[in-house]
Amino acid sequence: MVRGDDTLHRQTLAELAQGLSAGEFTSRELTEILLRRIESHQESYNAFITITADIALQQADKADKARANGGGGYLNGLPIVHKDLFCTKGVLTTCGSRMLQNFVSPYDATVVEKMASAGAVMLGKTNMDEFAMGSSNEASHFGPVMNPWNTKLSPGGSSGGSAAAVAGRLVPVATGTDTGGSIRQPAAMTGTTGIKPTYGRVSRFGMVAFASSLDQGGVIARSAEDAAMVLEVISGHDHRDSTSIEHPVPRYVDALSRGIKGLKVGIVRQHFDQGLDESCADAINLALNTLSESGAKIVEVDLPHIDLSVPAYYVVAPAECSSNLSRFDGVRFGHRAEKPQDLHDLYCRTRGEAFGAEVKRRIMTGTYVLSAGYYDAYYLKAQKVRQLISQDFVNAFSEVDLIAGPTAPTTAFALGEKTDDPINMYLNDIYTIGANLSGLPGISIPCGLVGGLPVGLQLVGPHFEEETILACAHQYQQLTDWHRLEPGAAS
Amino acid sequence: MSLTKKQVRQIATLARLQLEEDELHDVVDKLSKIVGFVDQLQAASTDDVSPMAHPLHMSQTLRPDEVTESNERDLIQENAPSVQDGYYVVPKVIE
Repeated sequence: MVRGDDTLHRQTLAELAQGLSAGEFTSRELTEILLRRIESHQESYNAFITITADIALQQADKADKARANGGGGYLNGLPIVHKDLFCTKGVLTTCGSRMLQNFVSPYDATVVEKMASAGAVMLGKTNMDEFAMGSSNEASHFGPVMNPWNTKLSPGGSSGGSAAAVAGRLVPVATGTDTGGSIRQPAAMTGTTGIKPTYGRVSRFGMVAFASSLDQGGVIARSAEDAAMVLEVISGHDHRDSTSIEHPVPRYVDALSRGIKGLKVGIVRQHFDQGLDESCADAINLALNTLSESGAKIVEVDLPHIDLSVPAYYVVAPAECSSNLSRFDGVRFGHRAEKPQDLHDLYCRTRGEAFGAEVKRRIMTGTYVLSAGYYDAYYLKAQKVRQLISQDFVNAFSEVDLIAGPTAPTTAFALGEKTDDPINMYLNDIYTIGANLSGLPGISIPCGLVGGLPVGLQLVGPHFEEETILACAHQYQQLTDWHRLEPGAAS
Repeated sequence: MSLTKKQVRQIATLARLQLEEDELHDVVDKLSKIVGFVDQLQAASTDDVSPMAHPLHMSQTLRPDEVTESNERDLIQENAPSVQDGYYVVPKVIE
C-alpha cells in the first residue's frame, strides 16, 4: 500500500503537487487510487459519462517518467476530469445528449490540450445537463447526478458531474463551463469552489457551443488556490477562438497572498430581497462580517436593472442556442433518424428524437424571439436591457473592488422538485446570470452550512480582475474551514 | 401571454423539431410560461440605449491568411451517419 493511500483523495491539488515532487507517491499510484474511487462511486453519484482509465494510466506513466528525468509541466502527474462538452480527441464527447451519444471527437479542445501539455492526467468526462442547459443535472440523457452531501438531492447544474466529483473526493479539480451560473451554482450546492473567469479569458475552441456570447470555461476545485493553479494553465489567447482576448495571463497563484485589508466590497440590496432563504442570508451576512473584521470595507452598491437579468438571459441565451444547435441536422455527425422520407423529415425527426425536453424548449423559445414580428420586441429589447445591466456593473465597480453576495437562493434542492416548473428552475441562477450578461469573472466559495448543506458566497469582479476575487476567496479560506468540510456521504 | 397550439406547431417547424401529439400540450404550457416571464422586459425603459451584442467592447483580431489545417476528411467523416466516396449521403432533394 502506498503511504497515505487512505487520505490521498482528500488532499488538495496543491498538496498533491507537493507530495508528487517530494516523491511520496507516484502519479500512477495516485491515479489508480482515484480511478478506484471513481468506479466505486459511479453508481451512487453518476458523476461520469466516460471514465478514461487507459488514457489516465498512460498519462500518469508519462508524467512519472518526465519527473524522473527532471522535467514535467506545471501540473505534472496531477489528476483532472473534464466536463463532457470539452472535445477530447478519440474519446466520446456527448454533451449529455442522445444527439452526441456516439460522437468521438476528432480533435482536442484548447482547454484539454493545455491541461495535457501541463502534464495533467485526465481521469474521465463528467455528466452534465444536456448541452449545458439546466440547473439541476436532471436534463442529462445519461441520468441525473446525485449530490454527495445527500444523494436524494441535486448537485446543481449544468456542471453537476464536475461538482459532485470534486465534492465527493473522486478528483481534486474539474473543468466546467458557465453560461448563466453552471460552474458557480453547482459549486455552491456541493460545497466546492468554482470560478468562471472573464468572457474571453479561456478559449472556447472545442467547447460545444450553447450561447456563444455568454459561454465561458472555468474550474471547480476544493480551494481558491487549486482553482488558481488550473486557471493559470487554461487561460490565454487562442487564435482558434476569435473571441478569446489577447491579455497577459498573470501568475494567479502569486496574487493569492494579497490581503483583504482596505478591499472595498459591494453588496447589492436586491440580492437580499425576497427569494433568498433566510438561513442562507444569515450565512452570507456572517461571511461578510468575517471579511469586514479582516479589514474589508463593506458598502452598498446599486444595480438598478439587475432584476431584469433572468428575463434578459432567457431571451439572449435561447436565441443563441437556437442558432448554434441548428448544426445538428443528422447529416454530418450525431444522431440520424431512420428511413427519412425527405430532407425535411430527416431534420425534424432527427432533432425531435435526439434532443431532450429542455433543449427543445430553449430552441423553440429562441426561434420565437428571433422570428419575424417578434425580433424587436424580444431579442433587440433584451440586448438593450443587457447593455443597461452591464452599465450598472461598470458604475458599481467605479466605487468598489468586487461585489459579494449569495450564489444561489437556497441550498441544494431535491431531485424532481423543480422539473415541472421551468421558471422556478431558471430562478436558481438569479444571482449568477448578471456576471454572464456582462462578461465578468465570478467565484463561488463555501461559507456555511444550513440544515447540514453547503451555502455558497459569490464574489464578482471587474473584467480581468480574477486575481482580486481569487485573492479575496483565498484569504477567506485562510480564516474559515468551510471549504474543507466533506460530505457525510463521501466515504 | 399564452401561445396557441398552432403557433407552437409553427415554431417547431421553423426550428425543424418534430413534436409528438402527446408532447404538444406540455410544450404549449411551458413555452407560454417562459414567454410570459420574459415579457417583463417590455416594462424597461430602453430609449436611446444601444443593443449589446458582445460582453466586451473589443475588436476582432486578424491573422495572416495561411493554410494551417490539414485535410482530415476521413477522420471527420467517421462520425457521419452515412457517407459514400467521401460525400455525405442525404435523402433525394431534387426529383
